[in-house]
Amino acid sequence: MLEPVAASRLQFAVTTIVHIIFPVMSMGLAPFLIYFTWKDIRTGKPIYEQLRRFWTKIFAISFVVGTVTGIVLEFEFGTNFAVFATAAGDLFGGPLALEGMMAFMLEATFLGIFVFGRQRVGNVLYMISAVAVGIGTWLSAVWILVANSWMQTPRGYELVSENGQQVVTLVDPFAAYLNPRFLWMYVHMQNAAVESVALILAGLGAYFVFRHHIWGYPIENVEFWETTLKFGLIALIITAPLQVLHGDLYARHVFETQPQKFAAMEAIWETESYVPEYIIAFPTSIENLLDPRAKDIFGIGIPGGASWLASGGDPQATIRGLEEFEGPQPPVALVFWSFRAMVGLGFWFILLAVWGGYRWIRGQLLEDDLLHLALMASTPLGILAVHLGWIVTEVGRQPWIIQDVMKTSAGVSSDLTGTEATVTLAGFVVVYLALLVLYLYVIARIVRSGPPALADLTVTERPDTPTDEVGTDD
Amino acid sequence: MTDGGWLANGPLFDLPLADIWFGLVFFIFAMFLFLDGFDFGVGLLFATRADSHEREQLLAAIGPFWDGNEVWLVVFGGALFAAFPAVYGNLFSRHYLLMFAILGALIIRGLAPEMYEQREDDRWHYWWGRAFIVGSVAAPFFLGMFTANWLVGATTIITLPSLVVGLAVVALTVVDGVAFLRLKIRGELRADLQADGYRALGAYLVLVVLTLAYIAVAVPDLRSALVSPLVVTFIVLTLVLAGVYAVATSRDRYYVAFVAAAGLVFSLVSIVAGLMYPAIDPAVGLTVDAAIVSTVPLNLMSIGAGLLLPLIFIYFGVLYSAFSGPIDVEESY
Repeated sequence: MLEPVAASRLQFAVTTIVHIIFPVMSMGLAPFLIYFTWKDIRTGKPIYEQLRRFWTKIFAISFVVGTVTGIVLEFEFGTNFAVFATAAGDLFGGPLALEGMMAFMLEATFLGIFVFGRQRVGNVLYMISAVAVGIGTWLSAVWILVANSWMQTPRGYELVSENGQQVVTLVDPFAAYLNPRFLWMYVHMQNAAVESVALILAGLGAYFVFRHHIWGYPIENVEFWETTLKFGLIALIITAPLQVLHGDLYARHVFETQPQKFAAMEAIWETESYVPEYIIAFPTSIENLLDPRAKDIFGIGIPGGASWLASGGDPQATIRGLEEFEGPQPPVALVFWSFRAMVGLGFWFILLAVWGGYRWIRGQLLEDDLLHLALMASTPLGILAVHLGWIVTEVGRQPWIIQDVMKTSAGVSSDLTGTEATVTLAGFVVVYLALLVLYLYVIARIVRSGPPALADLTVTERPDTPTDEVGTDD
Repeated sequence: MTDGGWLANGPLFDLPLADIWFGLVFFIFAMFLFLDGFDFGVGLLFATRADSHEREQLLAAIGPFWDGNEVWLVVFGGALFAAFPAVYGNLFSRHYLLMFAILGALIIRGLAPEMYEQREDDRWHYWWGRAFIVGSVAAPFFLGMFTANWLVGATTIITLPSLVVGLAVVALTVVDGVAFLRLKIRGELRADLQADGYRALGAYLVLVVLTLAYIAVAVPDLRSALVSPLVVTFIVLTLVLAGVYAVATSRDRYYVAFVAAAGLVFSLVSIVAGLMYPAIDPAVGLTVDAAIVSTVPLNLMSIGAGLLLPLIFIYFGVLYSAFSGPIDVEESY
């Protein structure tokens, strides 16, 4: 049996890593669906109805799996991190309640209309529903990240002793909730969601385009997949450079506010100035891999690069090394390698965007088989990059559950036994893996059966609301 | 804006905000139990139907609604966390395994109808149909167990009141589900459901009486609250509404029966809240006044809830009126 602390942390990791896939899908798809719905209503062109209906199907299943996996996360604060929940409820409970009331309610109710109501409601209400669902998904992230950014860079609070327990009391809501970190997290996360979905659109589109044009396996609806590829590529061209750009600004904020995390991201142990940035790092031994130290790793470093990035232009800037911080360190290897892999993927996506954009301008988008293969292989990599980024964010701030205020080990429920925590952890590993497999299976089926056939489209005719007789005798 | 400014100067308008939030948390819980309750009830009634077209009709009836209904549970968790963080932590970690049993049942229940529609073959429908039934029955049963243990301050999972209240809540969801389905479905099925409604109502009343009798005999701490005016009012109201439900069901007054079902759910939750007050976590003797969050977040949340709850009712109004009347199994995007 695991210790309650270890089991609770692992369980939260497993449940969030699986859960985040579904919000990324719904937040990333939302702008596309709003656009497809708008064009479908305005132009009545069949391609937009196909796009809307096909991607709504995937949105709906993602939303359902996201709901059932997400409720668990909310309750885990009470079940597994009760000491944290009690001590920080003043600041942490409000954003979660507001997420439910402001965002999730909007999203879940209008989703009913958006998914089931095309034949029931007029164009205006249908369009409103699409927008409401989209706003709901994006507002959800606002409140979750308000709560999370406060844990990273806590402000606007006071520590009070209550019945012998340290309790965080909210004194300045503006300072606490309009946290500078929130802005960086939100921009970086939402852009990442759109970029991840752009890669999925481009990857799936490329697969069918490749089959049709290069393999010579004629498929129906090839125009649908060509258009999907193009929409994915447009979104990738917009989001990929932005992601790296504000990622850099975000990292600078981490350097200023969470120096220990920054040192872990760069595996810098001794405080130094003129620190190089290893753009390519390669472990030459198992030790290098498991216990990376920037100085010992084989890599290509830009002299003064890390100092320059962290300080925003000064290659001589000093970076505090991990040795300066007392107590346990975050697991440096996980943070260091995840950060490198994420940044590497970020540049790979820019390359894909440039490559695809160049081929498109030259009129060769449908002929470049290597590009298609690269896009296909990159289909899930956006979501992988999101995972890596969150590992940097959450593992990198260990040992703190609230930076410099409360240790994660101190936040775990005091009455939780190792047996209970291990049983539920094992349960979640099994159930969430099964959910993931099931989700991928269903998505694969939807993709294989393709968009609705042109003959089945119904956009122009809208039958009256069914009367009392419907469903009596068929 | 240091020190929270005017937000720190005591509760807004000197309102008894702790008591208001106690009421609000239970109101939100009741909304969940009423709205998702009929979805759960539909799940149990699904088990009584073998015909595949009838089963499709049952699923179509809740299709657009269940997700929004379930969000009331999310809001319940959020409101309890925001207003009574100590209760949120203590209560959920004390009932650790039961909480995850509820969440597990909700996962199965949420997934099953969605999966059911993905393929047409019989084996697929058989297993996801089974999953839908199991999730829909287990979720309210565990919720009832949780509520009973919360109320009587039990620290073990399986207790006599938890089993009885678990069954009572399952029966109540069927009462609720029948009332909802008779609004949404036409034809033979609608007529057949009448008998299910009577049976569930009878079972519910018996189980409620057993629960109250158990409290009177075995839970001395709650005995005096049992005869408080509020609790007595809701016990009487339960009996009256049961009568209304039975008569309305027999005369095919669908809306009246549905409103009566809603009233039964709100009465049950009110009885629980009335018995518990002024404690909010009886197992550790924590009272509402001791557990309430500090002034600044309390005022902020009160403003937030005051603005948002009316909006939420508008969303639900739009959704339910868009899907008023029967829902065809073929309807979708």
